[in-house]
Amino acid sequence: MIRNESSVLDHYQAMELAVSALLIEKGYFTEEDMVAEINAMEKRTPEIGAAVVARAWVDAEFKERLIEDGTAACESIGLDMGPTRLMVVESTNEVHNVIVCTLCSCFPRMLMGIPPDWYKSENYRSRVVREPRAVLKEFGTVLPDGISVRVHDNTADMRYLVLPRRPDGTEGMSQEELAKLVTRNSMIGVAIVEAP
Amino acid sequence: MARFSPGDGVTVRWSFPPGHIRTPYYIRGKSGEVAQVLDSFANPEELAFGRDGLPKQPLYRVRFAQNRVWPQYSGMVGDTIDVELYEHWLEREGAQ
Amino acid sequence: MTDAGRMHHDMGGREAGPINQKPHSHPDWEKRVDALMMLLSNNKRRLIKVDELRRGIEELGAEKYSKMTYYERWTASITHNLLEKGIITSDELGRKMAEIEQAARSERGAG
Repeated sequence: MIRNESSVLDHYQAMELAVSALLIEKGYFTEEDMVAEINAMEKRTPEIGAAVVARAWVDAEFKERLIEDGTAACESIGLDMGPTRLMVVESTNEVHNVIVCTLCSCFPRMLMGIPPDWYKSENYRSRVVREPRAVLKEFGTVLPDGISVRVHDNTADMRYLVLPRRPDGTEGMSQEELAKLVTRNSMIGVAIVEAP
Repeated sequence: MARFSPGDGVTVRWSFPPGHIRTPYYIRGKSGEVAQVLDSFANPEELAFGRDGLPKQPLYRVRFAQNRVWPQYSGMVGDTIDVELYEHWLEREGAQ
Repeated sequence: MTDAGRMHHDMGGREAGPINQKPHSHPDWEKRVDALMMLLSNNKRRLIKVDELRRGIEELGAEKYSKMTYYERWTASITHNLLEKGIITSDELGRKMAEIEQAARSERGAG
């Protein structure tokens, strides 16, 4: 955090307020637009992604469409995807997927909101591409033998969501019950979904 | 029209230009296989400087075997890494 | 292979330590910065493209990049892009920042 000693506001905090005030004065947007944008972002939470995952687990036709064209499939169930081009990668008994953006912090924000700090951190971005299994272990995830790890470096125009493997023993559960099991970390791929 | 198809062997150009580059450093010079041809997108190297980035560049999902990317890779043999790469960063494997 | 051609933000594969998984709740000003970028980049305005935001962050250089917080980097880059495009000027920005800091001081004085 860079502080200006003579000021009660952080330097960049004052800068944001000044920039926004000038843009509002110039008519580029209004304070109400900003409030609406903040409210919209606060509504984007991992529960949205979890509902998509649970639906894919119980609805094979939806899952097929989701993997074929993630954006279209999500829009077909009424989700606002904005400009996001979604790529859903399915974890199975053979392959476990994990996502990263080594260059910045690309993330499927429409389905999970603002990424967690650790996802944006230098240590995660540096390490997960070269030693994904060690990173997974740090998150408490040890994969059974025989499962390959596939890292997805989110470098360009697609945004990645991991469709985690549905845990065994959840055959009788409803879509809503399943959605509650799905965590943000499991949709990034640093965790697996556990049966209750 | 995309120049490469799924399954094609490709090598990422060994090049280190300044600017806004979306090809990660660690993957330059490495060889992998086209996993998927994505859409075409405006070139971010141009967009970054306020230009239109046209013509659009085909974008690929290229899959690399981890033990070909990292000399001392400690994971398992089947581990892979997928990176999205624009066509102008790719050469046909073995063509250099 | 040397690291000469590697830019500081391009960190895949570098040596690094344990990952701090501590959650972070975003203070209001960070939410405002996030919202500001969304407003400026959306289809309605298209004033700053995401790649322009990223370039501005990359151009901060290694030292500032690692010292600044995530949304400080965004703020610096958004501002620099607006200056480059002539959407705002340094003069009006400087005056507005002084005005905002003065108001914050008075508020604190009164409180």
